[in-house]
Amino acid sequence: MTATAFKSYRPPIIEADGDGEVLEVAMGPHHPSTHGVFRMDVALDGERVIRLKPVFGYLHRNHEKIAEKGSYLASMPYTDRLDYFCSLTNNWAYALAVEKLAGLEVPERAEYIRVITAELTRIQNHASAIGFLMQEMGASGTPLMYAFREREKILDLFEELTGSRMMCNYMRFGGCRSELPTGWLEKVKVIVAGFPAFIDEIEALLTSNEILMARAQGVGVLTPELAVNAGITGPMLRAAGVNYDIRKVDHYGIYDRFTFRVPLGDHGDIYDRYMIRVLEMRESIGILEQAIRDIPAGPIMDPKSKIRGFRPKVGEAYGRIEAPKGELGFYLISDGTSNPYRYRVRPPSLINLTVLEDMCLGQNVADVVLIFGSVDIVLGEVDR
Amino acid sequence: MLGEGMLKGLAETAKNFAGSFVSKGRLTTVQYPEQRIAPIENTRDFPFLIFDGDDAMAGLRCVACQICEKECPPKCIYITKSADKKPDYVGKAQFYPTRFDIDISVCMSCQICVEVCPFEAIKMDTEFELSTTDRFGGLLLDREQLAKSNEYYNTIHPTEAAEVDARLAEEKAKTEAKAKAAAEAAAAKAASAAAASTAAAIEAPKTKELGV
Repeated sequence: MTATAFKSYRPPIIEADGDGEVLEVAMGPHHPSTHGVFRMDVALDGERVIRLKPVFGYLHRNHEKIAEKGSYLASMPYTDRLDYFCSLTNNWAYALAVEKLAGLEVPERAEYIRVITAELTRIQNHASAIGFLMQEMGASGTPLMYAFREREKILDLFEELTGSRMMCNYMRFGGCRSELPTGWLEKVKVIVAGFPAFIDEIEALLTSNEILMARAQGVGVLTPELAVNAGITGPMLRAAGVNYDIRKVDHYGIYDRFTFRVPLGDHGDIYDRYMIRVLEMRESIGILEQAIRDIPAGPIMDPKSKIRGFRPKVGEAYGRIEAPKGELGFYLISDGTSNPYRYRVRPPSLINLTVLEDMCLGQNVADVVLIFGSVDIVLGEVDR
Repeated sequence: MLGEGMLKGLAETAKNFAGSFVSKGRLTTVQYPEQRIAPIENTRDFPFLIFDGDDAMAGLRCVACQICEKECPPKCIYITKSADKKPDYVGKAQFYPTRFDIDISVCMSCQICVEVCPFEAIKMDTEFELSTTDRFGGLLLDREQLAKSNEYYNTIHPTEAAEVDARLAEEKAKTEAKAKAAAEAAAAKAASAAAASTAAAIEAPKTKELGV
């Protein structure tokens, strides 16, 4: 292997034309398009971006250090606050890591409940992501309000199941915290039956819209090679054309029992990232219908699991899932005490942000906002 | 294709606009506080302490084991254990909290305290209209403010409370049965001791006669 193989990657350098000044602009941290407390330092040649540096950390809350101080169970409600759009998938990833550490097995009914709640989370996340992207395009919130209307139904389901709309705190090591309320599954069935109409509505509004196509196609292209090398996961990666979905790669939970396809993009641009999310919502509906049909009766918690005095044996474990934004993983080291020696989160939002500069170089500054919106990040997860 | 996509989108918007006047499912909000949504059983807002019987402090189920204080993620619970003991819900002598404070401005409504409590003493309330002009003292609740009756718990979480009551009743019956068995064993032991004592008394006079 030659020395050049170890050379660090640097984005290409774009030289400014000689006829003007380079303008440095800070977009954020308080900016309506930054999805929270986030800043981009942009160098512009006219309207063309020649450099871009993401700046984050404003929402850093010592999540990992606090988790290393508290007990394993005490960290579960804190995972709700990572990606606060997707609290149930956050719970699942953390529970998966601890279950590997402690050797716990999840009963079948609990696995089905996890799949149902995770796919509902994916649908409401993708609907919101599309809505926010359209808002940044200047659609005055119309698609966002349609998306939030559907999201409201899903959050009502979560509230009835877990007692809270967004801070669900529902998964436990070895299963779920509580049984499904009476009649809850019937409500899920009714709401899931209404989703295809919602997606049809979104597609009628957006998919063949000339403005969306003009502004999104060919903009913010992410090549498959760069996506893989940067560790991009989730819809971002699949929009670039790489067939990689952790639900199929890792076979975690019971996803092997469900028939679903993994949509792939062709160009890796903003339009593909929009389209991937639409198609993934349709696949999630299929998974939900199969799970609701097949969910068995039975216990929802491993009998070996315990709430007080939980001390996994010495070891390490990494649990990861396909969260709506990509690979969400928890790496834990146990030293046999009631709190982990090391607790580390692999946040998909942060990893996906690392290629923001590459996607924005050479683009107009107005497109930077769209590119950033199509990445779909949440600062609670980026900064932890 | 020129403009068709936008016309399609505008038709969708017009349909939604017209639907706003007729479709009930589209109206997700209610006119709070005049109108309210029905309470949801699993709702959790802030913790409260359950007491049995009529006297709140005497009937507190809490035994000041301090597990919830240790497990609370944001550390908003503060407990001081008593020096003496009082009977708990199964009649067993137990410590009780002389201080039990919860700072609900710190509380994050996660209900970990409910899960780790071995005595079913702390549960999640559904009361959320807790605004106060006293931002610090007004949101620091002591045990008198936290104490609520088991009847109240049954009204806000009926299914869950029924399960808890059944479990506690079973536990109490088991404890009473065990106490009864222990009492019977003690009585039998006393009778046996009395019989042995009688036998010894019968033998003693013979010794005396021989001596005489």
